[in-house]
Amino acid sequence: MLYRESGQFVTSYRADQRVFRLWQERWGLALLLAVAFVMVPFIANDYWFSAILIPFLVLSLAGLGLNLLTGYAGQLSLGSAAFMAVGAFAAYNFHLRIEGMPFLLSFVFGGLAAAGVGVIFGLPSLRIKGFYLLVSTLAAQFFVQWVLTNFSWFSNNSSSGVITAPQLIIAGHDFSTPLGRYLLTLGIVAALTVLALSIVRSALGRNWMAVRDMDTAAAVIGISIARTKLVAFAVSSFFLGIAGSLWAFTYLGTVEPHGFDLTRSFQILFIIIIGGLGSVLGNFLGAAFIVLLPILLSNISNNLLAGAIDPGQLENIQKIIFGALIIFFLIKEPDGLARIWQSLKRRARVWPLRF
Amino acid sequence: MSTISTSRRMNATPLLQLEHISLSFKGVKAITDISFSVNEGEICALIGPNGAGKSSLLNVINGVYQPDQGTICYAGASRHRMRPHDAAVQGIARTFQNIALFKGMSVLDNVLTGRNLHQRSSWVEQAFNVGRAPDEATEQRRKAEQVIEFLRIQPWRHQLVGNLPYGLQKRVELARALAAEPRLLLLDEPMAGMNRQEKDDMSRFILDTQREFGTTIVLIEHDIGVVMNLSQHVVVLDYGKKIGDGTPEQVRVNPDVIAAYLGTTH
Repeated sequence: MLYRESGQFVTSYRADQRVFRLWQERWGLALLLAVAFVMVPFIANDYWFSAILIPFLVLSLAGLGLNLLTGYAGQLSLGSAAFMAVGAFAAYNFHLRIEGMPFLLSFVFGGLAAAGVGVIFGLPSLRIKGFYLLVSTLAAQFFVQWVLTNFSWFSNNSSSGVITAPQLIIAGHDFSTPLGRYLLTLGIVAALTVLALSIVRSALGRNWMAVRDMDTAAAVIGISIARTKLVAFAVSSFFLGIAGSLWAFTYLGTVEPHGFDLTRSFQILFIIIIGGLGSVLGNFLGAAFIVLLPILLSNISNNLLAGAIDPGQLENIQKIIFGALIIFFLIKEPDGLARIWQSLKRRARVWPLRF
Repeated sequence: MSTISTSRRMNATPLLQLEHISLSFKGVKAITDISFSVNEGEICALIGPNGAGKSSLLNVINGVYQPDQGTICYAGASRHRMRPHDAAVQGIARTFQNIALFKGMSVLDNVLTGRNLHQRSSWVEQAFNVGRAPDEATEQRRKAEQVIEFLRIQPWRHQLVGNLPYGLQKRVELARALAAEPRLLLLDEPMAGMNRQEKDDMSRFILDTQREFGTTIVLIEHDIGVVMNLSQHVVVLDYGKKIGDGTPEQVRVNPDVIAAYLGTTH
């Protein structure tokens, strides 16, 4: 009753191939964007912007980048944080060293630099698959961190390797306030999400999925396996590079190479596993789970159990509960949170009946 | 018998000629010195007991396996081996014995993937959906829908292929191969595991393909009844060797073929 296609007829293939076919979907999206761009700035405070919403958006974008590679093209990678680091440090250097380089353009160039590095570390995927590829992408993780730490040129000869965000000024507007940084992040993430939706529905996205599902058959159809994999690495790393720039400049403000270590790569991998492989929405759900749940748990336990239990113990208990919840969700829904959304949509289609 | 066979061959030009093909896996001979030719527009059936080398031969034709010896002459060009990508570019499409569909994709997406080589837009255009990409997407969809209609799989076009019953999956795989508009279609046991009704449907689709598009078809099939009705040319293999080659009527009375299938009295 609530969500179905009855009465909505498409009369052209172009209309049928739209990303959001139903008016319910289009209005839902418009509403969501209106809330995010207009309502949230009025009701949220600086703590929400800086500590919750911005990292949530940036990690969603990073998850999206990895999901294009792992969920759609089927190539495992543990180098996500390395590609983020390349994006951040490249954007920093482009902005620093080229006179008058607009801020947003340096983000794009940072993303392109990350794409280039991604292609190089994607080369092993032409020979090896699965867990072996996962291990080989660790090389990216360690190599990039080593280069950025040992060659101080990348951090403009800062002794600790720390880079600091330049002034976030775009077309005369200052985006340095928490609200400004939130809106900037939201705008970029929204634009790249639209791009990702377009990619996964295009012929390019189909080729990725074909290689993921059955590479022999894909080769027999005439898909160039090597090219498809490398393009996947490039596009994925581009997204991750932009996420890295945002992480450095709109979230943290200052960042060192160590901020993009293996733990971050694992975090992004968990986001897409919990959110759902091969789903765009899943990255946002997974990032929400990873970012918001620990904060929620800590608030709950601090309010309910403060004084009753030793604070150190309390922190450990939070971690245990968080881990248990991850296990619970993966058992209940191995395909990720995005699948729950899918089945809710299926239910809404026939509601109030069950089948 | 040989005169009939010769006259049949002189009527049409061969599209595919295999000459002295041999293939072995680590010393185990799978195919020994096989030569035959397939005429443009005919349906050629490869039959033989299990392990006779039929699937290996298909894999040689479209480049999945590399033969030890022999040449493959296709569309006038002679070569020692095919590569899968070249074969696809040259208009060879195939289906697999164990269905090789993209399980995580819908029927429509699988069929669209078959049109891969007809894409002209670059991946950047496709990613941003600009330039040639939008019009091309519509055009490819139109072509894919023609194939979907031809094989009567419209009701399932938006379903994941992994969830479809076996017989339908076979049909979707044929649809994916036909979407490429092939000149030569290789079908590896298109009717394996099907019931009578499904086999009849599939036979009808294969015949229609030949008639409507003039596609040359090489198929492997165990059901002799189907083979005799469907094909104009039968090649019989046994233990990697060719033991019969001709029209269904000729093969039916060939003593070697009878011996291979029924055994002989000693």
